Amino acid sequence: MAVNLPENVLITQLDQLANWGRKYSLWPMPFATACCGIELMATASSRFDIARFGAEAMRFTPRQCDLMIVAGRVVMKMLPVLQRIWLQMPEPKWCISMGACASTGGVFDTYAVVQGIDRFIPVDIYVPGCPPRPEQLLAAVIEIQDKVQKTGTYNAREFARRTQATGPSPFSPDELIRIREANEQLPVLS
Amino acid sequence: METDSTGVFVPALQKAFPDLGLALTLFRDNRRMVVPADRLFDVMATLKSVGADFLFEITAVDYLEYEGAGPDRFAVVYGVCSTESGERLIVKTFVNDPDPELPSVYELWKAADWLEREVFDMYGIRFRGHPDLRRVLCPDEFTSFPLRKDYPLKGRGERHNFPVITRAES
Repeated sequence: MAVNLPENVLITQLDQLANWGRKYSLWPMPFATACCGIELMATASSRFDIARFGAEAMRFTPRQCDLMIVAGRVVMKMLPVLQRIWLQMPEPKWCISMGACASTGGVFDTYAVVQGIDRFIPVDIYVPGCPPRPEQLLAAVIEIQDKVQKTGTYNAREFARRTQATGPSPFSPDELIRIREANEQLPVLS
Repeated sequence: METDSTGVFVPALQKAFPDLGLALTLFRDNRRMVVPADRLFDVMATLKSVGADFLFEITAVDYLEYEGAGPDRFAVVYGVCSTESGERLIVKTFVNDPDPELPSVYELWKAADWLEREVFDMYGIRFRGHPDLRRVLCPDEFTSFPLRKDYPLKGRGERHNFPVITRAES
């Protein structure tokens, strides 16, 4: 079927159009709690310039953001705040877990630190590093753009399939065994 | 026992509490004194009356399984100084299980408010007379005292029942 289109007319899918618009205008929510936050600031500044990827509009209210960058360790006391901020962000939204601490707890394997935010909120991309270089964060932004382009839908219906938690269960048997062993090392005095 | 003729804190204390036999020890430039717990408040009140107008630190030590430690388990350490003369004194006192408790010095220095809350939070030492003895660093629902030496690295007293938010429901 031959259709004569003028040269400035393009036929595409609605999903693709929405994805094209969204991927080049990600608005990050900088949830920066530690040294990763410094690298996040460096990424936003002129040498690395996150604006080249259309993600320079950092907003400090979750209601205007669609990309949460969790940069740094999250303590147990902060976790309800993190979850509330995530829930306050409008759809569609994505989450980058930046650095070893946000992804796994890092060196802070203690009572106070969440051992990976993916146990409690959904995460799309993990960035390794302690802290990661700004280039690594930019690579993650590019990955998110790729993910938006490939999986995005205009009414965000692709998220409905993700009914499983991203990370390990907070009550994994391995961890319970480890906790029990740690408790047995010292006598419980009081 | 070393003597230190500079300053007014130590002579005033030795004059006010002759029965305690208060001894000053020196470590580098730290001037330290051990005081029995039941006389702590009187000693601190005397210190304030002779010019120690600034309480710069309260902290604690858990001597459980500490090599060469005495019979007492917890030491609570108070640091006071005078903003007029710059004179400093570190006062140490010992408390023990099962119910480590000390009088609060909040009435003398308002700065003791959060410092005592922190000691309570980390070591479980209660301060009698503190106006608002809650946890200050750990979450309110935390049920243990993490800086005690019998606390494991993790796994006691934390809250684990946070909701797990999946992508479909957020």
